[in-house]
Amino acid sequence: MKGHYLALAILAGILLGVGFFNQNDYYFNVLNILLLKGLIVVGLCLLMGYAGQVSLGHAAFYGLGAYTSGILTAKFGWSPVSALFVAQGVTLLAALVIGIPALRLKGHYLAMATLGFGVIVYVIFKEMIDLTGGPSGLVGIPPLQVFGHTFLESREYFFLFTGALILAVLFALHLAHSPFGRALLALHDSEAATMSLGYDTGRLKLIVFLISAALAGLAGSLYAHFAMFISPTSFTFLHSVKFVTMVVIGGVASLWGALLGAALLSVLPEVLTIFEDYDVLVFGTILVAIMIFLPEGLFKGLGTLVQRFRKVRPGSLNLF
Amino acid sequence: MGETLQFLLSGLTSGAIYALIALGFTIIYNATEVINFAQGEFVMLGAMFMATFCAHGLPIPLAFVLAITFTAVAGILIERLAIYPARNASPITLIIITIGLSILIKGLAMFVWGKNPLPVPSFVGERPLNLLGATIIPQSILILVAAVIAVWTMEIFFQKTLPGKAMRACAANRLAARLLGIKVEPLVLLSFALSAALSALAGVIISPITFATYDMGTMLGLKGFSAAVLGGLTSSTGSVLGGFILGVLESFAAGYLSSAYKDAAAFIILVLMLLLRPEGLFGKKEIKKL
Repeated sequence: MKGHYLALAILAGILLGVGFFNQNDYYFNVLNILLLKGLIVVGLCLLMGYAGQVSLGHAAFYGLGAYTSGILTAKFGWSPVSALFVAQGVTLLAALVIGIPALRLKGHYLAMATLGFGVIVYVIFKEMIDLTGGPSGLVGIPPLQVFGHTFLESREYFFLFTGALILAVLFALHLAHSPFGRALLALHDSEAATMSLGYDTGRLKLIVFLISAALAGLAGSLYAHFAMFISPTSFTFLHSVKFVTMVVIGGVASLWGALLGAALLSVLPEVLTIFEDYDVLVFGTILVAIMIFLPEGLFKGLGTLVQRFRKVRPGSLNLF
Repeated sequence: MGETLQFLLSGLTSGAIYALIALGFTIIYNATEVINFAQGEFVMLGAMFMATFCAHGLPIPLAFVLAITFTAVAGILIERLAIYPARNASPITLIIITIGLSILIKGLAMFVWGKNPLPVPSFVGERPLNLLGATIIPQSILILVAAVIAVWTMEIFFQKTLPGKAMRACAANRLAARLLGIKVEPLVLLSFALSAALSALAGVIISPITFATYDMGTMLGLKGFSAAVLGGLTSSTGSVLGGFILGVLESFAAGYLSSAYKDAAAFIILVLMLLLRPEGLFGKKEIKKL
């Protein structure tokens, strides 16, 4: 745990340094999106690495957060903070409806159900034109306002999102090292064994699923106010797949790896603009190649290299 | 009456396409327990090859055979290059590999064929026929006939031929099949080839109506997947019926409820099915409730 605090402090230090010294708004915009993706990925990493379940519909939760916040503030004049709480409620409710039945079953029913759910939500965003603005998007979302302070600059959002991400990581780390996290860890290794210890495994999985959906919804609400414009194209099946990919690239059970994956996949398209439309080609190749050659992810794959030069404490948990 | 019949006919036409794709899902799932999310890309490849061969002036029957063969070869290549090396990986990993493959193939198709829809000539003329107050284009009839023949052929293959029986044995219990001396590896290859060929057939016969586009496979693949889940994922009869049921329900939903939500209909059915009867309409009841 000490190492994690150190890593977190270093991450926070770097982000604050960037926040104070960077003057370029474009960098802030790229980084802000990256931080929001980081929020989603933290939740998804808990779900995939611990509960051993995949969600192929996290873009829908991201979108539900964004659209609920966007619609309530832009169309009904709600304050951003109260809209954010309602958005959390809507996201959690949707996750409950999908999660309760799907997680009672063994196997990859959650993946299938969230896939279907994701497409349905996308179609609703696209077709419920009166509320969502349809394919051309929802305009007129006000900037975030908390305690009378209005967030206007990208830099302000950057500090806010950095804070949110650091808190989320801290929460995830503590969760992972709590009795609840231990139960999840056991669940990942053997569902039967965990059940025999008296844990309701369906409920454990459901709680993690709800946490991950809530984080995605939060990222969505923040995104709506930061971008002040949202359209259905940001919440497609491909986006859900990209979130899963970020987690997988880093190594399913490694929070830091997942964040690394989020950073790589968010920054890569910006760097490789020469590829234009063909960035999907690069993206697909990277995904397949990593899954085949480094099924444990970049982080662990690189980690094993490092471990050759370092004594590994026996019995130390390699997760997180 | 005429209206209902019209919806039924168009539903059956798209249902036939979903049925072929769903059957492809089932074949690969039974052989490998992989849910192949790249299935829709086989449909796209079939349509794209067809459009290319037709544009080069090949006669339609030849282009038809070549398009399906090329896609089957693509299926074999995919199994060898991406699925086989990761055969010991967890199901999650395999699912993600197929999703990556789908993105990769789509990207390649965009690179090779561009973004514009490519036309494919109709196989049997374009004059619509009248049927009890509903109109049907000849290509639709051809789609239905082709799907029925393909499904029937597959059924004979699975029931009567030795490789077909071996594949069924493999699906029932892979270890037991191995103990009986059935070589699983060539069967997995065969299942990818067959599955790709069936999906390519779907792409080829629908391409004169929808044209061939690099991204046509995603939606079709996901709907074929919904159809397969509806039918139970392991049952070939189930997935075919699931395809037709999905097509007809979708068509009625679009006709009577709202055409805007047509694409959602299939997935609402998918989610409802997973929530209410996860083993599917015809699947084995092997789902363990916790």
